[in-house]
Formats: sequence, structure tokens, C-alpha cells
Amino acid sequence: MATISIDGIDYEVKEGENLLHAVLSQGLDLPYFCWHPSMGSVGACRQCAVIEYAGPEDERGRLQMACMTNVSDGMRISVDAEFASNFRSSVIEWLMENHPHDCPVCEEGGECHLQDMTVMTGHSVRRFRGKKRTWQNQDLGPFIGHEMNRCITCYRCVRFYDEYAGGKDLAAFGSRGRMYFGRFEDGTLESEFSGNLVEVCPTGVFTDKPFASSYTRKWDLQTAPSICPGCSVGCNTFPAERYGQLKRITNRYHGELNQYFICDRGRFGSHFVNNENRLRHAGAQTETGVFSYGETAKVIEQAADAMGETPVGIGSPRASFEANFALRELVGSENFCAGVSDVDWEVLRTSLDLMREGGFRIPTLQEVENSDVILILGEDVSNTAPRIALSVRQAVRLLSFDLAEGAEIPIWQDAGVRGHAQHVRNPLFVATPASTRLDEIATDTLSGDAQDFVDAANFIAELLEEETDGVDGDSRTFEQTVAESLRDAKSPLVIVGCSLKSSSLVKAGARIARILQRRGSDSKLAMVPLEPNSFGVALLGGELTLSRALDRIANGNGAVILENDLYRRADRESVDRALSQGNCLVLDSLETPTIEKAKFAFPAATYAEQTGSFVNFEMRAQRFYQVFEPKDEIQPSWKWLTALASATGREQAAWTSLDELLAACADAAFSGFRNVAPNSDFRLEAGTRIPRQTHRYSGRTAMLAHVNIHEPKATPDDETPFSYSMEGQNPGDQDGATIPYSWSPGWNSNQSVFKFQQEVGGELMGGDPGVRLVDAPVSFAGNNHTIQSAMQAEVESGFKVVPIHMVFGSDELSSLSWPIRQRMPAPFLLMSSEDAQRLNLEEGMGATLNGSEESLEVRIDSRLRSGLLGLPVGFVTDSMNLDVVAELRRDPDFVKKPGIDPNLIARG
Amino acid sequence: MSLLDTKPMIGRVDEVGGRVGLADYQAGQGYSGARRALTEMTPDEVIDLVKESDLKGRGGAGFPTGLKWSFAQGEPPTPGPKYLVCNADEMEPGTFKDRYLLEYNPHVLIEGMIIGAYAIQARHAYVFLRGEYHEPFRCLQQAIQEAQEGGFLGKSIFGTDFDLELRIHSSGGRYICGEETALLNALEGKRAQPRSKPPYPPASGAWGRPTIVNNVETFCNVPAILRNGAEWYKNLGATDDAGTKLFGVSGRVNKPGLWELPMGTTIREIVDVHAGGMQDGYSLRGLLPGGASTDFLVEEHFDLAMDYQTIQSAGSRMGTGTMILMDDSICPVDMCRNLEHFFAQESCGFCTPCREGIPWVEALLTDIENGRGQEGDLEILDQHAAFIGGPTNTFCLHAPGAMEPLQSALKYFRDDFEQHIREGSCPYQRR
Repeated sequence: MATISIDGIDYEVKEGENLLHAVLSQGLDLPYFCWHPSMGSVGACRQCAVIEYAGPEDERGRLQMACMTNVSDGMRISVDAEFASNFRSSVIEWLMENHPHDCPVCEEGGECHLQDMTVMTGHSVRRFRGKKRTWQNQDLGPFIGHEMNRCITCYRCVRFYDEYAGGKDLAAFGSRGRMYFGRFEDGTLESEFSGNLVEVCPTGVFTDKPFASSYTRKWDLQTAPSICPGCSVGCNTFPAERYGQLKRITNRYHGELNQYFICDRGRFGSHFVNNENRLRHAGAQTETGVFSYGETAKVIEQAADAMGETPVGIGSPRASFEANFALRELVGSENFCAGVSDVDWEVLRTSLDLMREGGFRIPTLQEVENSDVILILGEDVSNTAPRIALSVRQAVRLLSFDLAEGAEIPIWQDAGVRGHAQHVRNPLFVATPASTRLDEIATDTLSGDAQDFVDAANFIAELLEEETDGVDGDSRTFEQTVAESLRDAKSPLVIVGCSLKSSSLVKAGARIARILQRRGSDSKLAMVPLEPNSFGVALLGGELTLSRALDRIANGNGAVILENDLYRRADRESVDRALSQGNCLVLDSLETPTIEKAKFAFPAATYAEQTGSFVNFEMRAQRFYQVFEPKDEIQPSWKWLTALASATGREQAAWTSLDELLAACADAAFSGFRNVAPNSDFRLEAGTRIPRQTHRYSGRTAMLAHVNIHEPKATPDDETPFSYSMEGQNPGDQDGATIPYSWSPGWNSNQSVFKFQQEVGGELMGGDPGVRLVDAPVSFAGNNHTIQSAMQAEVESGFKVVPIHMVFGSDELSSLSWPIRQRMPAPFLLMSSEDAQRLNLEEGMGATLNGSEESLEVRIDSRLRSGLLGLPVGFVTDSMNLDVVAELRRDPDFVKKPGIDPNLIARG
Repeated sequence: MSLLDTKPMIGRVDEVGGRVGLADYQAGQGYSGARRALTEMTPDEVIDLVKESDLKGRGGAGFPTGLKWSFAQGEPPTPGPKYLVCNADEMEPGTFKDRYLLEYNPHVLIEGMIIGAYAIQARHAYVFLRGEYHEPFRCLQQAIQEAQEGGFLGKSIFGTDFDLELRIHSSGGRYICGEETALLNALEGKRAQPRSKPPYPPASGAWGRPTIVNNVETFCNVPAILRNGAEWYKNLGATDDAGTKLFGVSGRVNKPGLWELPMGTTIREIVDVHAGGMQDGYSLRGLLPGGASTDFLVEEHFDLAMDYQTIQSAGSRMGTGTMILMDDSICPVDMCRNLEHFFAQESCGFCTPCREGIPWVEALLTDIENGRGQEGDLEILDQHAAFIGGPTNTFCLHAPGAMEPLQSALKYFRDDFEQHIREGSCPYQRR
């Protein structure tokens, strides 16, 4: 620690940081633009000027940029000194020469960092007499709006997009007063992190385009802390609502997880909440196959009768932990199925078993970023868990910080660190079937299928165990190179996942992590499932596999199916058979192929309309709170389930409140659940609730004036510590899981988040949200059972299929979000250039599989091994459930479909 | 006595009567300095000799060359490649000294660079050449080829184990490329924006490696130091400052041009003797001593010696030593406007005060010059001179450099500015 004097007051600050970081970490105000806590300092905007005094005698001092000045013990600075303060005001005056006065029509207005800094510096009168410069804007695709006139040239956009996130198609053009930030020509921003530009840009150049199409000011948005349902990372988010519509998603800071950034699937993938195909009423199928939406109580009564004595319960990795628990208690553990395919279930259970046995640490994202050697086995995280890939990109920079320290370059001096290190990177090894967007920063890659990766991993493990490098001659194989790097690593990380559906691969990854741990390194293993609550349902156990559950239903058993489209989990034939033979009650938020064939349908709330928990890839249970009340008969699944429990006399599962249900969850051996987040009885010190609406929420009397001129009564909330009003406080130091929005006096933009942190970029003042169940001593509900391993498809001729995951399209719910739909590719197949050549196929041609009528676009991947065929995950079409393709034939009549985004599959 | 003894840089040009080729250069002791360095001296001895000679960088900042070279060794010495770079991006307005050297005596530069590369043990050297310098490019390229054929570049120079590869990098064409770290970014193929310092190039320069960047004229001084020794070199100067300097004059003099003269020759001697004095009907009102980014000097300074220390004490900088004269027919407001137009145009666009502040200064000067000046404009200009002029206020020294002529003009010629605003027109245009 160092002691520094700021305007005559001594503060204890962290050494090795820059002065701006130190000043803000004390909760003091100092304007800035170009510095970013995750991206360091470059000294471009000159906004954070302070006076630094040379010693106790120095009265004049010298102007310094705080962001470019190292903290040193005993230093004396002034923020308030007149010269510094006038200089800062002058910087705003310069920026305002050309900044348009379009705040009233600007999407950023009301949460604009430039507005805040302008007010903070005091500049208000225009002295510049010249004209403002103007620009042509670009069409940057469905996600991002572009309004270059507002640009203040802070360089944050290109620094984030290119340097931090590895994007290629956004750049700084021009020079002097004619700097332009955009693409080389109009076109969709390719990076799956483009949405962060909206939050990184300090003003309204890059804006959320879907949000702009149905716009609301920040102060009029109702928000609550939530968890992204897009993948298993569990990024913390703020979904925002107005007029019953989900308007947008923004990043919610979590010190150990997503910090300042989320991916585009998360940001733009929640518009399914407003989808017109939402199920709104409970109903029963009539004999003609048409749903009749009768009186709800009656539907429940009929459904309760139809369930039978021992209904099967099929849970869901995209439903809340609480709903899955309620279902398990309703039907009994022996009748409960987690709702994933048999092979997925095996991978999930294997992952859980491995965790229970231990021998490695499950990393947080911050720990991923501090891993000095990373081995990725089979999982293309850039598509299945993009936020992890973003952290991997930061991890490979660790060496550059070492080099910088050696050259006495402060690690926050971003341009200096990057310039000095050039292309030096930490070892990263990527073993995946096809190319990934991480390949470009990888030391080496390995192609193949799951079995090849299992073999490779086991060989690496043997090399590590034997302490030999097994090298004959000069050439090193992938495995030898990996083993050599891992052996020297201090904190190595192995990343495995579920997308290749191989439990052997997960085990092989764990084997390496354990050997490394035994060798004394701080080794970590990330097992990345595909869905937001995959590990949640895995924890709940259940003794039925999906195939056995479907068999039972096909034999006429009743079933309750929770938020699950079974056609995505099992082959069409067995799902058809089950749905037609059994009495199936289906709860879901959207109309799915499964709902269409259900006997009874119940409209379930989406994550934004209810309170519940997800368990993420690091076994962190996290609470998402209801942002707004659902319309019509829509209610959280657990409420339907408890209603069914009451109706069928299953009193053990008939909880009447969320608190009761949460207590029951905790009693059922998930004691960590007690501390996931505050329950309904939580109040701030002042005894108040926390408001979902901002202190400037407007129009309360006008919003429903066309229905009733009286202001509606605020909805009472008996499930959460929040209120549906602007009454209450959001002080910032309350439990970190209960921050409904980021806002602080003088700081209206998302930059206000530092006021909620213990130090800039650190833990939230009230603690980072969630409980890592692996860290707390928990007994996992362990009913060990073995599942017959999925047969490895033996291919004599033709192709073996490998699943290809896509950030836009493979996830069910986000692919029903309209902005995401615009980025989804037409169905395609991926093949090696060798095979394409052999079959006389070229990129962009069409082909049919196994005589199907459906034509797929041919894409060629440089990494895919000959004999393998990549098929995209998430398309429910005839071709998509294949394991083996015996016949591949060119379709001469194929016409390439529009909407194909070549970036979805990275090219090698 | 040979001209080489008094004009080590361009004396040979005068002797030959034009462009100096390899044969002519060798006939005038060419490459003997490099031979001595490589065959008789250790790199440390070369650095010590250059330190003793008191040679200062001729690019404008006047940093001691030997000391700079010693930084590239690193402590402890860094393994791996090092680079030597010649800054030939001569874009300072009024400056044409490097061009003369490149066109007329390119071998003296090559020899100086061989010595420099040997001293810092660099195997790769670059000449970063101003984009518009087509003729110098041709001359230098030919000289490099001659030197390669003559065994002065390439493998095993002078039969030693020292190799040197010398390449020309023709600039894309921005004034800011003359700033050494922007130059290095441009050399690496990046945007020509300056880098934050530290790290300084001798610690982390081109491609993150130790790199020494020197001006053309600096290198051209080195061969003679190796030949004749440090003491001889120091004695060349007219004042305490060592060596000779290329001084130039542009403006309404009888013989505008360029001369190699002892360091410390007075301004009056340069203007009256070498440049032949002012043309009839014009009198000298002020001058920028070393390019556009130096403060005006006026009558009271004309007897000062042109050396780094003396000119700095007078509140300006010697800069490149190639002066621009302002005679009494030139409007100081208009001259400043012209200069600020240049600086605004050449800003790299990285930091706010430079990118947005200089164009405002230009706009105000344009208004004042065209009779649209308003009360309070001078205060805004003063404020800019203070806010942009501080060395730590902006990212690099481009903007402070741009404020030097302005702030000195506001000091010495303030009446002119006030008169413009008061009368609503430019008195020089009315004449």
C-alpha cells in the first residue's frame, strides 16, 4: 500500500496502479473517457488531469494525466487545483466543438458519460464559433447503431473491439480532426462481442439498435438483477422493462465472472420474452387437436386427473433450479428425469462425479484470465460460452505483463505493454473438430473427433506422469508440445465441455488437471455445459434417463414436462410416440413442437418474469429476480407445479410462497442455497426495500391513462427484497446480488459501477453475487448409477457427424429472439477440403444427406478432418439428428439462401 | 587545408563540385572512420568517443548522441535483436538540410550509420525517409547499392564478423512521423501515433526491441569524429557547443540557402554574411530559429550565437537550425494562421487538446486575420497557449511545438493582433 495526499487528505491506496484508478477507488470523482478498468490507460483524452507536486515545498506543481501516472508512496496531488480543473473543463470545451446538441433525441441521453463529465467539469457556454463537423454513418448490422457525429475520439471502441476482443473489422480511420471509427465499408460487425461497444462508448456513437427501435430512457426502465440464460457462464445482467416489454439487456458487474463485458447472444438474445408466440393461457387439447383455453382452475383439475398416480417428470436445464426441484418433489425422485439426452446426462453426471472427487479447482472467469497455460479439449467455447473465450484471450497476455514489468513498463500502460510484447503469448492449445475463433491466438491446434481428443488427452496425461517428453528426434507432436508447456505451468487450465457428448473426454481432461495438481501446480478444470442450469438439474439427480422416461410415457404413463422441447433432446420417432400415447402436461413460455402435441399446456414465465436460480459452469448458484410481472395467465413454472401438487393432494410439494420453496431446496441437501441471495424478508438498514424503478421514473400516471386515469397501485412483492416502485434506496453497499441498476449521484451512466465496488475492477461492496456450491461443503444428491455409454458410431463408408455449435442459432431461446434471428445462418454442412474435392463440391454449393429432400449449403473448413462432417446444432430439421451420413449428394438446383453470416463459423 | 577539416559533412560536396559518389567519397577519406571503428575499436570505445565529442542530436532536441547510444546496451545487456533507425522524415517547415545531405553526400550518412550500428551492435538498420523525397530516395538507394558492392554493407564488413543490413522505408507522409515513436509505429506498419514514454526507444523501440533513432545530420557528423577524434570535433564549434551545424535561411534575403558553419555562429552573421542580408526595401522583424515549432526571436536576439544553450536561454529552441525569417511586410497574424493550419492538419488525432484545440486556434486566427476577430479572442488564444503548450498536457510534443510560435507572437507582436480586432481588418492587406 502507498499513502498519497489528495487535496490535503491522506489516503491508503494500492501500489502499482495508476493514479486515476487510485482516486476512483477512494470513491472520489475525477472525469475520464479513454481509460477503462479492464483495458488500462492510453492517455488519449487528457480528461483526468490533476496537479502533481514535486515535494512539500512545491506550490505550483505540474499538470499530469492521472491515468498515466504511477501511484507512489508519499505523492501529493490536487484534483481541485484551479489550473487542473480549468484544464478539464477546457477538454470538454474542445470535445464540444463538434459534438452535436442532439441529447434529446440521442439514445445515450440520460445515461451518457459525456453528459456526466460535461456537468462535472462545469463547461456550459459555447465559445467556439465554427461549424460542427459531420459524418456519414454506417450500417453496422442488426445489433449496433452508428452515429459518428457524436464521436469524441476516445479510441475506446477500437481498443475494446480489436485489442481486447480480437475483432478484425472495426478500425480507426483518418487522422487529425477527421478521425473516423467504423468498418472499411458498411456491413455487420462480425465480432460476437460487438454489443459491448454500446457500453464502452462514452457517448451515443455505438448504440443498441434493437433497443433504439422501441426506445425508453434509462430512467424510465424498470430493472432487477438477473442472470443471462444464454449459456452456462451465468453472466450477470440487467434486463430492463417498460410497458410490459423487455427492452434491452445490459451488463451487470460481477467481480469474479463477467466483470464489464457480455457476449452478443446474451445482450441481444432475450427478445424471445416479447415473442408473439408466447403461450398466454392454460389449455387442454380437444379431440380435434385444437387447444381450448378454458377456465384455469378447470384445466388444472383436468390435468391433475390426467397425470395419474405416478407421473413422469421431465425437468429442464433452461428452467430455474426451483422449478426443477418443485417438479422433482411433485413426481418423486424415482420418476424425475433431468430432461437432457441420455448421452448429455452421462456427461453431466460424470462432470459432477469428478467435482465430487476433486483434485483440481473449478475456475472463475478471473481465474481463467490468470491461467498461464490453457488446453481446450473438444469445446469451441467461442461459440458455446463466448464470455469464457473472451477471458481466454486475456489469459494469453499474461506473459506480456511479465515482459512489461521486466522493462519497467507499468502493466496498466496498455499501448506500452502491447507494443513491447508484440506477439508473445502464453501457450494456448485448441483441440476441436473444426476451426474456432481462438485458433488465431493458439500455439497449436488439433483436429479430429471426440475419440481423437480422448486419445490425445490420455497421451498427454501419460507424458506428464512418466516425466518423459517422449520425443523422438526434433519434431514434436501436439501432445508433446502440450505436455511440455503444462509441465512448466504455474496455474494451468484445462477446458472441456459437453458439446462433443463424450464423458470420456471430460474424464481425460480431469485426469490431466489432477496430474498437474499432484505435480504441485495450481491446476484448474473448467467443465462447460451448454445451458444456464445444466449443473442445476444435474445436482437434482433423478433416476430416469430420458429414453426410459419416454418409454414409460409411450406406454401410457402421465407426464409433466417442464420448459423443454423434447425434439431437441431425442429422436423424432420416440418423442412422437411418447407425446401421442401419454397424457403430457407441458409448461413452457413459448410454443414449441412439444407443446403442439401436449394434452395440457401451461404458460410459463420467462426468466425475466420470475425469481429463481441457475447453477453455472463453476457450480455457482445465482439468483435472478423478477424484473416485471408477466401478463395474462403466465406465471412461474413452480407456481403451476405447486398448483398441480395441491390439486393432486401432494402436500409435500404444495408450497405457497417462494420463500417456502427456497427453504425446502436448502433442506434437501443444498444448504448453499440459503445464501445464494437475499429472500423476500431482506430490507436495507433503513428498513426499506430496493426499488426496481429509478428515482426519476416518470409517467406513472400517464402509462395506463388510456385504461384508467388513476395511478395504478404498485404491485406488492412478496417474493423479493425489491419493490415495483421508485420508493426505497439503491445505496450500493447492500448485498451484491440485489443491485437493480447502476446509478450514482453525478454518474448517470454505467460508469457509475465503480461506486458499487470495493476498488475499481474489484469485488462489489456487498460481495460478488452467488454461492459456489463446490467451494462450500455440500453433499451432492448422489445416486450413482451407470448409464450405458452411447455407442460410438462406427463408420465404414460415408461420414461421421460432429456437432458444430454456433453463438447465434444453437441456443434454443436466443434463437427465438428477433435480432439474433437476423444473424443466424441458413442450414449448412461443414466438410474438409479433401472431401469436398473428392466429391467435386465447392463452398456455397448445396448438398443433400441420406436422400433427404432438404438441401444444405456446403462450407469448407480447413481444420475439419477428412471423413468428418460438421452439422450445426440447433436446427430442428430432418438432417440434424444424424450421427452418420452414408450418402452425400450434390443438389444441382440449390440456391444459396440469404441471411448467411460467414462469421458464424470461423475460417482457418 | 582540406575543406573536410572545417566542413566534415558537406565539405566534400564543395570539393567535388556536386553529388559525391562512392569513388569520390573514398578519395576524401570516406569510410576510413567506419573502418577504424570496426577494426580497431570495441563498441564501448566508439560510444565513449562519441560521448567525449559532445555531439548532440541534430533533429532538434539536442540530446547527447553518445549517451543515447549507451542506453541501448541495457542493464543487464538485453539479448536479441536491436535496431538502428535514421530519422530522415524531414517535414519541419523551412527545413531542407537532411535532403541536401541525402542528395549530395549519402555515403557520409551510410558511414555514420555503420558506426552507430556497430556501437550499439545492431544488425538491422532503417532509414525512415520522408515520403515526398523521391530524389533523395533515388540517391540513397544508389549509394546503398554502391556501399553493398564495395563491401561496406552486408556480411563481414571490413573482414570483421560485423554484418549490417540497411533498408530504406519510404514514409506514407505525415509530419508526426518525425516524432521518433510515431516513426517506429509507422515503421511497424501501425498508425503513426506517438507512443507513451517510458518506455523510451532505447529500452523498447521497434518491435519492442532496443532501438536507437538519430537524425540524418547527427549520423553525418560521426565519421569525422572517428577519423579526427573528439578533441578536434569539439574545437570546431564557435562557442561551448561542439562541431559544425547545417544552418539554413528562408525568407526575403538575397541568398537563401544552406551552409555548414561552426556551431554557435551568430544569427546576424548567418543572415547578413552567408545569406547576403535582407533584400532592398525589407527589414527583418523576427525569425523562427529552427523550424515552425520554435518560438519567435526578435531584434534583441539577433546577435545571439546559434547553439542549443544560447537559443534556449532566449526562450526559444535552436531546433533544426534552419530559420524562417519574418520581414516587415509579413503579417504576424497571418503567419501564425499559416503555421497553425499546418499543425492542425498534421495532428495525428490521438489526444484531445491537439486534435480539437489547434483547429480552434487556426479558426480564431483566420477570423482575426479576416477582420472577424472579437473581443476576448486573444484571451482564448492565451488560454490555448497555456493549456496546449505545457509539455505534459498533451500526449506528445506536437501540440506544445505548435504553441511556440503562437505564444511568442502574442508576446512580441500583440499590438498587431489587437489592431486586427480593433480595426476589423488586416493592416498588411490594406497596405
